[in-house]
Amino acid sequence: MAKLILEKPKGFCDSYERKPGDHGTTHYCPGCGHGNIHKLLAEAVEDLGIQDRTIIISPVGCSVFVYYYFATGNIQVAHGRAPAVATALKRANPHAIVVSYQGDGDLAAIGGNNILQAANRGEHITVIFVNNAIYGMTGGQLAPTSLLGMKTATTPYGRDLLNEGPPMKVVELLSSLDGPTYLERQAIMGNKYIARARKALRNALQCQIDGKGFSMVEILSACPSGWKVDPTDSYAWMEKNMLPHFQLGVTKDVRAEREPFFRTFKTLSAAEIVEQLDLAVPEPKHFPSKLQKTGYGDPSIKLAGFGGQGILSAGAMLANAGMEQGLQTSWIPSYGPEMRGGTAYCFVNLSERPIGSPTVSHPDVLMAFNRPSLEKFEPDVKPGGLLMYDSTIIDVKPKRGDIEILAVPATQMADDLGNTRMANTIMVGVYVAHTGIMSPAAIEQTLPLAIKRKNLVDANKKALRAGVDFAATL
Amino acid sequence: MSRILEEAITVVSAEHCKGCGLCVQACPQAVLALMSSFNSKGYHPAHYVGEGCTGCGMCFYACPEPAAITVYKKGAEYPDQEGR
Amino acid sequence: MAKEFIKGNEAIVKAALLAGCRSYYGYPITPASEIAHAAAKYFPRVSRTFLQAESEIASIQMVYGASASGERTMTASSGPGISLKQEGLSYLAGSELPCVVVNIMRGGPGLGNISPAQGDYNQIVKGGGHGDYKVIVLAPNGAQEMCDLTMLAFDLADKWRNPVILLADGFIGQMMEPVEFPAPVGDLPAKPWALTGEKISRNNLINSIYLDNDELEAHVGHLAEKYARITEAEVRFEAYHADDAELVLVGYGIVSRIIRTVVDQAREAGLKVGLLRPITLFPFPTRKIGELCESAAGFLAVEMSTGQMVDDVRLAVNGRLPVHFFSRTGGNVPTVEEIFDVVRQHLSAAQPV
Ligand SMILES: Cc1ncc(C[n+]2csc(CCOP(=O)(O)OP(=O)(O)O)c2C)c(N)n1
Ligand code: SF4
Ligand SMILES: [Mg+2]
Repeated sequence: MAKLILEKPKGFCDSYERKPGDHGTTHYCPGCGHGNIHKLLAEAVEDLGIQDRTIIISPVGCSVFVYYYFATGNIQVAHGRAPAVATALKRANPHAIVVSYQGDGDLAAIGGNNILQAANRGEHITVIFVNNAIYGMTGGQLAPTSLLGMKTATTPYGRDLLNEGPPMKVVELLSSLDGPTYLERQAIMGNKYIARARKALRNALQCQIDGKGFSMVEILSACPSGWKVDPTDSYAWMEKNMLPHFQLGVTKDVRAEREPFFRTFKTLSAAEIVEQLDLAVPEPKHFPSKLQKTGYGDPSIKLAGFGGQGILSAGAMLANAGMEQGLQTSWIPSYGPEMRGGTAYCFVNLSERPIGSPTVSHPDVLMAFNRPSLEKFEPDVKPGGLLMYDSTIIDVKPKRGDIEILAVPATQMADDLGNTRMANTIMVGVYVAHTGIMSPAAIEQTLPLAIKRKNLVDANKKALRAGVDFAATL
Repeated sequence: MSRILEEAITVVSAEHCKGCGLCVQACPQAVLALMSSFNSKGYHPAHYVGEGCTGCGMCFYACPEPAAITVYKKGAEYPDQEGR
Repeated sequence: MAKEFIKGNEAIVKAALLAGCRSYYGYPITPASEIAHAAAKYFPRVSRTFLQAESEIASIQMVYGASASGERTMTASSGPGISLKQEGLSYLAGSELPCVVVNIMRGGPGLGNISPAQGDYNQIVKGGGHGDYKVIVLAPNGAQEMCDLTMLAFDLADKWRNPVILLADGFIGQMMEPVEFPAPVGDLPAKPWALTGEKISRNNLINSIYLDNDELEAHVGHLAEKYARITEAEVRFEAYHADDAELVLVGYGIVSRIIRTVVDQAREAGLKVGLLRPITLFPFPTRKIGELCESAAGFLAVEMSTGQMVDDVRLAVNGRLPVHFFSRTGGNVPTVEEIFDVVRQHLSAAQPV
């Protein structure tokens, strides 16, 4: 039934206690359209029964103080960012009705990408877009929606098509996206227009209540101060200047096609969380004690070759196994563009003591998988250290006389096993068996941790054993 | 004291009114006008001339100031207070 | 709980989820992208929100919205992205909203490169956004601390209603080490100030605007007083052979790991060298440095920047002792040998042989 009394809606605070000075009136200029739109919103919030659930976002602009007035949840946000904030507010509180109230500078200029993306994601929020064709708050500068020829503080000679371009049509722009559900433009421009704006705003809120997705109403709204016209002339001004460019009406409405969607979250038990994070404690592993030979303890190892030779995963195999064997370990890759086809290297430390620097200038061990790596890093190996290289691929011999050198035909051996790309694992097998740094069983059992492609685990185990066997022949 | 209205009444709160004149412009019956006197903020507030209101509510929606205008339609309970 | 050999960047994500973080809003950038990758994988698995935003500007604002809703929330990025987040950080600090932001520092300025660096210290520790505010800054130096300090960061953020930044470098982010993860935290602190879309929160307001000068002065004063209490309560550091050291090396993050090796080698060579590693960069271990001024003969700050943290060391030393400085930049990490050479120079200068 129609109300018998039209009065200040309950969506408003009785008294605007957050406002300094006079708690009874708004801060808006006489005749400002923001006031009308506030009334329509407050009335809709009351009538739709959503006051407890509603969170209204105050933007930057003349409506920065929206939170003075609405007896709802309130949050004030940075210039243009309301759609991003609204996105998270709604996702965190799916039950809330989130309203993003924004001006044209806020929404269409500085926040242009934020509204576009939120609309395209189909965020379940309602946007009230107040288009007054100007920056009201900062003193009447050009807005993306200012009209051609319009004189503003920053277009003193009028908006120029060739300088500022034409005024931006936001609902049309958003209507070209598949994401939004309901888009309409209306105006606060006299009795019949206001009734349509009122309806549009309710439709937009209902769209969110029904779980149908993104809704926005663009409302052409008077800024008598910015336009420098009397309030009573402002509607004629709008009709003459704005209506020819900004057509009123629904530009998109797919509410009927959209299935209602309400986001829900499950609460997991601690055990489930641990399980889902892959942190469940594995079966204890029992490794034979290691047979470390003197001189090979606490190594820092550099593995180097081409990207794609499995350098990084060979390092990860060693480090994973080291950890399981009770050693302190670290692994650090060279990262970035080098990974894309260039040289790749990584450092692995295996130590009985806490590891300080995870990289060293002079590694104890170098595993070189290609010639450039051998040539580049051989001089760095610590005197008395160990150099292993893939003698299938590297056609030169190392020169150093003060280090131990192992030529391993790793690629040939891998080829013989049927997969050239397992030279890395063979090298690791040789290293482990030769130095006794850990038991080959440790590395075999932890292989699945380092090898992402599960179907390759068995083949790698074979390669590992081939390396261990090779070491026995040395 | 209150009474049930036999005719609609529009009440303008002079202290909330900013004298923009939009209600005057909106009223189809032309029964609203700006006063020649000032309110405490220095505006000429609107007022209801006393008869002819149909309770259409146009002025209510035309008014940007939430607490400035109250429209009591025919049949509404009207708080009869001096000075409203 | 399980011990996992894991990248620092990935450890952050698991730690965040164990700490009860409910949402991650991010944007990819090397060398922080693994954080987004792991978050995209694990957040949905435990029924929490992951969203790749349109930009870092948006992702920090989403964090603003999520935090305003009372949930634990985070984002992560590196240099260029962190610059874009400064607007949001200022608002978060101004509105006293808790959140965790990770900066995996890379080389700058501009696009710089993707190698490890520490050139964002001033931006983060001194406040890269506008206005009088501070964020709590934690500086992990290995994968275990990427886990532990992430969890601590959420607690500190809630405790102080303030953003907490985890400031690491590309090296710490990319390095894999064994990490022992704790059990998921149970009850989280109540947030009666949050916006939840329910009757009880209807009168709540999240806000950083105070148009009245005196009101804003009171708010800024309240923040300053909070930062003073944080400075009293939250300083964390590691001192390694520092108390009897003649030369105290100061460094955070990856640099502290290298210094640790330098200290070991120096001690083996009979040189009295120690390490002071700030774990919190704000608040800075100023008092500890003051104490060391009583026993030491000088300080050597080592950084992967042209000298940012060293200013805080100088302020703490306050002219009492010489403060030396050594740096590598551009993505280069100082070597043990380089630092050792500098140590020798300063020690021999201090004590003629
Ligand atoms: C980042 C940033 N840039 C600029 C400003 C200054 N500023 C405040 S309001 C505003 C324009 C607002 O215009 P609009 O969104 O159209 O709102 P209106 O006042 O017209 O309702 C600007 C540029 C700001 N607060 N923040
Ligand atoms: S400047 Fe314009 S938009 Fe701002 S309050 Fe005044 S009339 Fe309204
Ligand atoms: Mg505007």
